[in-house]
Amino acid sequence: MSHEASLHREVVTTHEVHHDEHHGHHHQETFITKYVFSQDHKMIAKQFLITGIIWAIIGGLFSVLFRLQLGYPDQSFPILEDILGSKWAAGGKIQPEFYYALVTMHGTVLVFFVLTAGLSGTFANLLIPLQVGARDMASPLMNMLSYWFFFIASIVMIASLFVQTGPASGGWTAYPPLSALGDASEGSKTGMDLWLVAMALFVVSQLLAGLNYISTILNLRTKGMAMTRLPLTIWALFFTAVLGVLSFPVLFSGFILLLFDRHAGTSFYLSDIFLASTQKALPNEGGSAILYQHLFWFLGHPEVYIILLPAMGMVSEILTTNARKPIFGYMAMVGSMFAIAILAFLVWAHHMFVTGMNPFLGSVFVLLTLLIAVPSAIKVFNWLTTLWRGNLRFTPGMLFAIGFVSFFISGGLTGIFVGNSTIDIHLHDTMFVIAHFHIVMGVASFFGMFAGVYHWFPKMYGRYMNNTLAYIHFWITLIGAYLIFWPMHYEGLAGMPRRYLDVSGWVSFNQFSGLNRFISIVSIIVFAVQLLFVFNFFYSIFKGRRVRTQNPWGSNTLEWTTPINPGHGNWEGEIPEVHRWAYDYGKDGRDFIPQTEPVGKNESSH
Amino acid sequence: MSTQLIMAILALGFIVVFQIAKASEYVAVLKGEKKSFEQNNKINGFLLLAFLVLGLIGVYWCNELLKGKILGEAASDHGEKVDAMLHITLILTGIVFFITQILLFWFSFKYQYSEKRKAYYFPHNNTLELIWTVVPAITLFILVGFGLVYWSRITGDAPANANIVEITGKQFGWIYRYPGKDKVFGKKYYKNINEGKNNQLGLLWDDKAAQDDIVSNEALYMVVNKPIKLVINSRDVVHDVGLVHFRMKMDAVPGTPTTMWFTPKFTTEEMKKKTGREDFEYEISCDQMCGKGHYSMKGIVKVVTAAEYALWLAKQKPNYQQVMADQAPAATPAAAVDTVKATAAAATHSATNN
Ligand code: HEM
Ligand SMILES: [Cu+2]
Ligand SMILES: [Cu+2]
Repeated sequence: MSHEASLHREVVTTHEVHHDEHHGHHHQETFITKYVFSQDHKMIAKQFLITGIIWAIIGGLFSVLFRLQLGYPDQSFPILEDILGSKWAAGGKIQPEFYYALVTMHGTVLVFFVLTAGLSGTFANLLIPLQVGARDMASPLMNMLSYWFFFIASIVMIASLFVQTGPASGGWTAYPPLSALGDASEGSKTGMDLWLVAMALFVVSQLLAGLNYISTILNLRTKGMAMTRLPLTIWALFFTAVLGVLSFPVLFSGFILLLFDRHAGTSFYLSDIFLASTQKALPNEGGSAILYQHLFWFLGHPEVYIILLPAMGMVSEILTTNARKPIFGYMAMVGSMFAIAILAFLVWAHHMFVTGMNPFLGSVFVLLTLLIAVPSAIKVFNWLTTLWRGNLRFTPGMLFAIGFVSFFISGGLTGIFVGNSTIDIHLHDTMFVIAHFHIVMGVASFFGMFAGVYHWFPKMYGRYMNNTLAYIHFWITLIGAYLIFWPMHYEGLAGMPRRYLDVSGWVSFNQFSGLNRFISIVSIIVFAVQLLFVFNFFYSIFKGRRVRTQNPWGSNTLEWTTPINPGHGNWEGEIPEVHRWAYDYGKDGRDFIPQTEPVGKNESSH
Repeated sequence: MSTQLIMAILALGFIVVFQIAKASEYVAVLKGEKKSFEQNNKINGFLLLAFLVLGLIGVYWCNELLKGKILGEAASDHGEKVDAMLHITLILTGIVFFITQILLFWFSFKYQYSEKRKAYYFPHNNTLELIWTVVPAITLFILVGFGLVYWSRITGDAPANANIVEITGKQFGWIYRYPGKDKVFGKKYYKNINEGKNNQLGLLWDDKAAQDDIVSNEALYMVVNKPIKLVINSRDVVHDVGLVHFRMKMDAVPGTPTTMWFTPKFTTEEMKKKTGREDFEYEISCDQMCGKGHYSMKGIVKVVTAAEYALWLAKQKPNYQQVMADQAPAATPAAAVDTVKATAAAATHSATNN
């Protein structure tokens, strides 16, 4: 008690208030402080989640639009002209600039706004204090600011959709010189500035969030919660935060230099440029376009793990809980995440094998890149062993966790193709890369996120989501995602480049128009099914079946020791003390032993 | 019209699915939580197994359907190495893929909840963990080993007898330059570029070596079975020379020339026969996002015999001579009308911009 009081003076006051009143309601909370400018980590988690869901719908809708173009390049859809106007969809056909704007926004939104902010933002906020046993984040104010910076970033990004020259359209990687020169592309005019501003705000939000996560995990663990007793979710979120804090500033610097090149006449990235559109040579000499790529991928690669690690952590947690069996190889799981976090900083140039980089340097990056597959393999085998001889309950969360493992295997293995520079010469910037990262990052992380939402929804809202809808959602998404991305590898093997909106003019690639149509149809179906999930989510918030027991899944972790609808401060009495790790499932003939239970005298040790 | 219809059907589908879902929730409550859980668990366990079986069949079937559509034999020596590496990787990762996916779904099915079973408390096992650290590590070292050997050969220096051609990307097309009789590329400077004066690369005409350089937008000619080295440039943004049939690729970066070399194995004519397509061409695809015309930024490679090459080369006029010829008859440069227009438009455009 004294330990926590010293760390958390204000919140302790609120908890004393709880003592006197009987329910977890905060003193004089208004609508604004409770739902809008809330400093309660649980509310902030919900804000991140719902904003993320809105962004996911927008980003997904973009992909439906451009898949329409890819699947039906010579058809026109008059309704598009009605909605989008004649500049972007003249005659019902998506114009190239608009296609590229859609692709760019799709990538940016899903990678950063959904799978970074929406995923880590939600679950780091929800789970860190609840699972380490803290009343809130180290700095609830910074936490609130982190959401609001994200919110402003979102507003700016949305605004960029409405400027006359259109939003950024140089791809989510925004390589200069294309992204630096308004005369090279419409999207590199105002849209690009707004994109950069939005991303800069986003980085601020991530840093505020990350520092908070790290300090909470390091400093606010409850009594007995040694680092080695932390649930794997927390370890994963910890490494995620460290990756973000160390790499986002590098991206930020890359963006600042880009802004200078755009507006201050500097030549960081620009050299020897003559633009056909203006018939003018630019004065800039001596810059290096490749420098940007280094800065970008120094974040870019860690970023893919920033997206994946939280999903890995949640999947570990959900798999064990529903297998009623400890996670296999806890220390190996932590160790492999540590290895991944270190290696994630040492492989960025595998995105640049064919930029003219020194081939020897390329070799070093091949070695380091393929090394990452070792910890990845360990994780997969450990998950498999966790399932082995378990007693599996297929809750929707569990199914999505199993789906995650399947996609992680499939996509991780194709990483071994592209990670080998020899093969990457052929596969770089083809649809193979699209298939690789959509499976391993896009789909897998989405599965992790769905698993998390289904699993922790009862904790968030005190209600369950509808099971039947969840099962339909799972099965169609699992099958659909494979149908979309599996055949895409073949397009890539044939060398079909990514970011081509129409391949009919190419002898080498036009054999795939039928396949493209098939993929487009499936993606529209899968998108529709995601709307089913969204519906289920919002419907269940208000109308879902109520949770009646404190610990519906029979979990060991601390979040299930809080009241069904915890107030600000989480626990009504004292924060419980922890006596063991989180994975005593099926030990000594007992179904589960919560972390709060002291180790018995005759208990076997593991 | 049809869009509205689709929307209506979708909405209807939603309502139906939702009603079913709601009803089944009530049924579950009536039946009792335990019973409905057990039923759901059985169904999902079975579906997981079915997914495994159908998925494996699907993988096979997809391969049968599509393997004919990916490229045939590589058309260059380096391409063979790429394909060899691809096959080695495919076999090793394929084995891992099948083992792990089968285990995943089989375990899920086999160990689904049963009242009788007790989960086995098995938190760790050092031997097992060591095995699956070491075995993947060894496998990966094999892959790295092969990969680096091939990589060093592909990226090593070009043979001395290689033909050298320069290829420059621009929005949205390719410019090819051959060094001419002296086999030396003349100097160029990007501020010298002037499309109106037929100098799209900015060659410096004072440089003797530049005067016999041949510049063309037609096609990239190379001799079969003779190494070719490409010097790759960009005039504006980053592009990428993608040669799918040769399995080669290299970025074109403004300000930083890059290179690649390989030896083509088949002439274009031979490839027409091999692929059975009359319209076959070796296409150069731009593989780096470069603006709105990226998807159509195509170049053509013509692989010909040595004799055909000599014949073709003899017919080419150096850029310098073309420029001189242009300038001779009239005082104003005989630039193409549309280029002049473009220049004018661009000038007003940039004026409003600044
Ligand atoms: C075995 C592990 C992996 C290896 C060896 C690997 C390797 C690679 C390589 C070499 C590329 C560049 C390919 C190219 O552009 O030519 C790449 C692209 C990518 N990978 Fe992976 N990867 C692995 C796992 C992952 C994971 C776990 C994620 C995400 C969670 C991921 C996300 C991505 C993304 C987003 C891209 C594409 C970025 C872009 O160009 O837009 N990869 N991967
Ligand atoms: Cu990477
Ligand atoms: Cu391009």
